[in-house]
Amino acid sequence: MQAQAVFFWIFAAALVASALAVVSARNPVHSVLFLILAFVDAAGLFLLMGAEFLGMILVVVYVGAVAVLFLFVVMLLDVDFAELKQGFVRYLPIGAVIALFVAGELGYVAVTWNGSPTPAAAAAPTGSLTNTAALGRVLYTHYFYFFQAAGMILLTAMIGAIVLTLRHKPGVKRQNIAAQVARTPATGVELRKVPSRAGL
Amino acid sequence: MVIGLAHYLTLAAILFTIGVAGIILNHKNIIVILMSVELILLAVNINLVAFSTQSGDLTGQVFALLILTVAAAEAAIGLAVLVAYYRNRGSIAVDDINALKG
Repeated sequence: MQAQAVFFWIFAAALVASALAVVSARNPVHSVLFLILAFVDAAGLFLLMGAEFLGMILVVVYVGAVAVLFLFVVMLLDVDFAELKQGFVRYLPIGAVIALFVAGELGYVAVTWNGSPTPAAAAAPTGSLTNTAALGRVLYTHYFYFFQAAGMILLTAMIGAIVLTLRHKPGVKRQNIAAQVARTPATGVELRKVPSRAGL
Repeated sequence: MVIGLAHYLTLAAILFTIGVAGIILNHKNIIVILMSVELILLAVNINLVAFSTQSGDLTGQVFALLILTVAAAEAAIGLAVLVAYYRNRGSIAVDDINALKG
């Protein structure tokens, strides 16, 4: 239990520090790298809580896909990020006020909330199952439609991203399969009678 | 010292607050705004997983999984829109995105 507390404080401190660095870093590449660190820390916290599957998914999906996507875009776009950073100091008081407001609301909820979570009646019998197996058991049965909807969301996102960014450069030779299949010997072959010593 | 639900909820609240403040502070840079949104979603996920493991109900983890899916889709679409916009306008400053005169 002591080791768990130590690791919680390590991960929590690193998570808060890297989150602060994400919003305050001068260079967006550093922001993305700190975002990756924040995700890794959150994955560690998930492991501490006993949600191993989500911890691993966080590493695979967020660190492996989303953060790298951010990194690609930050490096792809030739933007003067120093110019975009202007106004940071000017908006610091407003940001602080809104942050205090949100923190106050959350604190108010925490202080006034006096319920404690009780095991729901519909809780799946976890027993000796691992976290992954237990999650799969509820995900593929009780929450099957949610699972399907998540798949549809990902499909939509994939098609949307492709449609938004695909662009056909003019002047690039491409294979036109319909034209290829529609060719017949009549249109594809031209027979010429070459006269002797005359050429074409 | 036993680490309980309150610790995780406090951590998630701090993370959420940092994310909201990040949106205000980086109001010109849309990439950092998207990253702040990711932080906010991460805070929500920590909340859900904390409640889920505390109460022994896997529903929270299923919902965290769905939030993860939506966050990934949102990042992909958002960044694709950003790239398309940059190709057309040559700028991604939020102040310049005013074609709708809103």
